[in-house]
Amino acid sequence: MGAEFYHSVHLDVELCKGCINCIKRCPTQAIRVQHGKAKIIKEYCIDCGECIRICPHHAKSATYDSIDILKKYEYTVALPAPSLYAQFNNLDDIDIVLSALKSFGFDDTYEVSAAAEMVSEMSRNYIKKHREDAPFISTACPTVVRLIRVRFPNLLDHLLPFAAPVELAAQIAVKNAMEKSGLPREKIGIIFISPCPAKVTACKDPIGNTYSEVDGVIAIKDIYPLLLPHMKSVASDPEKCSVSGRIGVGWGNSGGESAGLLTDNYLAADGIENVIRVLEDLEDQKFGDLEFIELGACNGGCVGGVLCVENPYVAQSKLKKLCKYLPISRNHLGDEVPQGALFETEIEYEPVYKIGKNLAESLALMARIDELCKKFPGLDCGSCGAPTCRALAEDIARGFAREGDCIPLLKESILSLSETISPNQ
Amino acid sequence: MNEAIKLEYTISDDDFTRAGEASGDLKDKLKKMGVDPAVIRKVVIAMYEGEINMVIHANGGKITVTITTDEIIMELADKGPGIPDVKLAMQEGFSTAPDNIRSLGFGAGMGLPNMKKYSDEMTVETQQGVGTTVTMKVKL
Repeated sequence: MGAEFYHSVHLDVELCKGCINCIKRCPTQAIRVQHGKAKIIKEYCIDCGECIRICPHHAKSATYDSIDILKKYEYTVALPAPSLYAQFNNLDDIDIVLSALKSFGFDDTYEVSAAAEMVSEMSRNYIKKHREDAPFISTACPTVVRLIRVRFPNLLDHLLPFAAPVELAAQIAVKNAMEKSGLPREKIGIIFISPCPAKVTACKDPIGNTYSEVDGVIAIKDIYPLLLPHMKSVASDPEKCSVSGRIGVGWGNSGGESAGLLTDNYLAADGIENVIRVLEDLEDQKFGDLEFIELGACNGGCVGGVLCVENPYVAQSKLKKLCKYLPISRNHLGDEVPQGALFETEIEYEPVYKIGKNLAESLALMARIDELCKKFPGLDCGSCGAPTCRALAEDIARGFAREGDCIPLLKESILSLSETISPNQ
Repeated sequence: MNEAIKLEYTISDDDFTRAGEASGDLKDKLKKMGVDPAVIRKVVIAMYEGEINMVIHANGGKITVTITTDEIIMELADKGPGIPDVKLAMQEGFSTAPDNIRSLGFGAGMGLPNMKKYSDEMTVETQQGVGTTVTMKVKL
């Protein structure tokens, strides 16, 4: 295991009340409550953002850059995710958003949806060429890639070997910006406008690539209110700058990436629990001859990201309407695959859930865990700070918790103790 | 070291929606024990096929999994009707599954053949009217 586990999901200890909402909701059992405060186990966390959604005290949040990051650079390029377009009411022209970004302060824009159309074309070519190795799993959602890396080793070979479209978009944006501005790379800021914390993590700590050309990531929810007045002022005569077609913009919705492959032989699942179920079945080879598996951790796709403002399903509908009169695709590959669109390094299995150093030790620990489970009441009440009785048993076997942490068990032993001391009461 | 653990699963009689729970639980545990992912795949597919067979043909039964440092042994015991002709049942594509099962996408006649394919050793003991016990071994 060599990976560092950077995360953009983060806990504000002051705000945390030590309730058990997050530990029950976390799909990878990455949170424990200890000494009255939640704690994120960084090896297990996949930055899905579920804890941010559920925390009633807003103690969980995503770390990303503030709008002020623009000041750090002489020349800035905004990379809007297609999900940004889905946030606005009655938007019928993407140029209004792009012009507003420029009016707000960016020197230029490059749409992630434009790069997405190239990734769609690369994927079509790749799948055609390697059909015997199908099904292929999308790598667009960084949470899904991170989940597979720690939990589904048998599926790593099925991942498409392409970085998410934002990486390709960033590389094209750098090239354009250097040509247009004549400035050196370090004076240019490539700023991604993101729907989710997972994409923040993917830019700060990429998997499959050694570095990212994205210099900063700001949240859709932060820029949304700031863009509205600019959109109003440019609405009557926006600059013609959008170069995306229906395929690229559609990537913001679940099923959009699949639509770009021009095949019916695909499956698209969204929502982290559904994604896990699909991966489990896929691993057990329960699917027939599917060509492509699109998986998005958020409900509805990227429009459901925790840094978006609009209801995911309303956003989905808006994005569909926006796509309606767009050409199918407006970005095509040249003769060669763009450099950097492919993963540079292989994604390796990180067995973070492994309990023992070797099989013999694991067997002994597993026996101990089973034994403890029989002792616990099986309520999965979370009072101990672990999400289930089994998770507590595993924590104890690993040496991170004690049997006395089980509150119902403790209550029982106190009762029996008091009966021993004064049997007549 | 001579460590071994035993896992026991009761397979319900005709509830298809629960078939696969035992192999799923086993998969989770093997991953946590750090067993080679390629071995896990073999074990889980073999066991899943067995589980489905027990639901379709034998009104459920009991699965006992023994894990040692050398091998994983899965013993699938049922009190079903027994297999009249094991040789025939081992042929790919041979199936006695009823139509309602086939309509669910099962019963393709690959159950026992897949169990044999994905295990390193398999024995079938069966007696008509008494039941069947399939024992599969996968080496570690």
